[in-house]
Amino acid sequence: MITHADAATHAPLALETAGLTKIYGSGHLEVVALRDASMAVRRGEIVALLGPSGSGKSTFLLCVGLINPPTSGRVAIGGVPLLDGPRASTDLRRFRREKIGFVFQKSNLIPFLNAVENVQIVGELIGHPPAVARRRAMELLDELGVGARAHNRPTQLSGGEQQRVTVARALANQPSLILADEPTAALDSRRGRQVMELFRDVAHEHGTGVIVVTHDHRALDVFDSIYEMEDGALKRAPSA
Amino acid sequence: MNLAIRDIRHNLGRFVLTTLGVGMLLMTVMGMGGIYRGLVDDALVVTRGVGADLWIVQHDTRGPFAEVSRLPRSIVDRVATVTGVADAREFVFHTIQRDHAGTPLRIGVLGLDWPIDKGQHLPLVAGRVLARNHYEMIADESLGLPLGARVRLGKDTYEVVGLTRAMVSSGGDGIACFTSSDARAIQFDTPAEALRLEREARLARAAETDFGRTQPRVLERATGASATIAALPAPAISAVIARLMPGTRTDDVLRSFAGWSDVTVYTAAQQEDLLLKGSVDRARRQILLFRVLLTLISAVIMALIIYTLTLDKLHTIALLKLIGAPNRVIVGLIMQQSLIMGALAYAVGYFAGQGIFPLFPRRVLVIGDDLLRLGGVVLVISVVASLLGIWKAMRVAPNEAIG
Repeated sequence: MITHADAATHAPLALETAGLTKIYGSGHLEVVALRDASMAVRRGEIVALLGPSGSGKSTFLLCVGLINPPTSGRVAIGGVPLLDGPRASTDLRRFRREKIGFVFQKSNLIPFLNAVENVQIVGELIGHPPAVARRRAMELLDELGVGARAHNRPTQLSGGEQQRVTVARALANQPSLILADEPTAALDSRRGRQVMELFRDVAHEHGTGVIVVTHDHRALDVFDSIYEMEDGALKRAPSA
Repeated sequence: MNLAIRDIRHNLGRFVLTTLGVGMLLMTVMGMGGIYRGLVDDALVVTRGVGADLWIVQHDTRGPFAEVSRLPRSIVDRVATVTGVADAREFVFHTIQRDHAGTPLRIGVLGLDWPIDKGQHLPLVAGRVLARNHYEMIADESLGLPLGARVRLGKDTYEVVGLTRAMVSSGGDGIACFTSSDARAIQFDTPAEALRLEREARLARAAETDFGRTQPRVLERATGASATIAALPAPAISAVIARLMPGTRTDDVLRSFAGWSDVTVYTAAQQEDLLLKGSVDRARRQILLFRVLLTLISAVIMALIIYTLTLDKLHTIALLKLIGAPNRVIVGLIMQQSLIMGALAYAVGYFAGQGIFPLFPRRVLVIGDDLLRLGGVVLVISVVASLLGIWKAMRVAPNEAIG
């Protein structure tokens, strides 16, 4: 039997980093947050990133999310080389808009937009006409099981519903890569597992590379690969 | 998708209250401008109404609107003989304050050179022009006198035969038009006791002269009415107004007056200029300063509110940056809110003013040019007010949306 992980082995790379190092400050105030971190994530693959607080997980996500460039090392997304150290080869904000989806610990929805508008805005930002962006947003919400709450504001949604809307928003630009930073931290274990399974389904069905930073070891079975971060150093867990 | 409108809906209460507040400030700015325009219009209503080309006033005075100007009645006939002058008329104008129905009544008394001028040029809204030489008046509505009302002024009673609208003096007093002789009678009204004393003084003065002692008839005449004594001048008029013949050059006529050492002659434009500089200019500058201050206050309030609204959205702005929204989307969000607030406040100010300005004691004349200019100012302050918020938004880093 061929597993999804086997199939994904031959899929194109969603993310490739090599030798990522991030240093904050200088001299004796210098803090090395990330040391020579390398990772490869294929399209359709879901990867867990584990590690204690302060180990550098969020710094890694900021680097590969093109928000905070590394001090050295390279980042390529969807096969496009983007960063070589702090130097960018393209407009990073535009690339983020078109190729990356983000999901965070808190739902991070725009409070004055309802659920469908929160998803629709991403489509409009990448240039889709409002009607097209809205139709796509409704499809995603339906697919993620929150279509019935499309016209509710974030404050009218439960934590799980909010995270589903956030996932829908992350998918609205059909990204190469989704970065999720502790997306289940605010949820109970049952809903947390549902969200993790949702990410797995998204990765497998949409062919998107997904990196999930998590502390929740109970749902590790949904991941194709597991990485661990400690003191800024990244290593692939042998059990993955 | 318009983010600005959606955010406004989200913060509707605060936005509406701020817009109302700024709108009231803008209404005050409009009103201040309107008060100035009203002052100017009121000040010019008489000078423009009489249609004079030249104003002949007492020598070295600035005319009846600036100070006391007195001319003998005979100047009218002298002016009429000047080459190029089509006609010359008496002009009598002064302000009185009398009690009427138990309340003080301030009236700008305007004398018309009846029967040449019966008031046909006046903006009558009811009644008729002056049909008789005496005891009739045309009153402005602002005086509160109805048609047919009878008002005692001095020794005589005058009936309101016509009503005008928006005819007030530069001081804001309603104008009433009388025949010139009635206007002078009202101005130089002397109590009976004062008349008796004056006659006695006149008799005493005459009795001290040889002429009086040797001519008893002179003493007898000296105690009579002033109007019957040829040696005494008739009551003075305020000015003479002249119209020029068509095609006459004003400068040519002014040169004719150059040798007249007992009068000063102004063109209509000069008289208006003197009038505005004298009585309105200080008010204009005062009002202008108030308008500038109020406009600045409006801008500061708008800037603070837009800034506060932006501070409330910093997380959203960071999130927008994180998902890749270009700066123009964020700038548009803030600036559109400021412009919407400015536009709505302007509309609030305008419509509130339409309801409130007519209740003001003096005329508030809001004209299109002033509204257009204020609209431009509001546009500018809306943009400027948003700059502080935009500056803050541009400093937000996308990673502030995380954690």
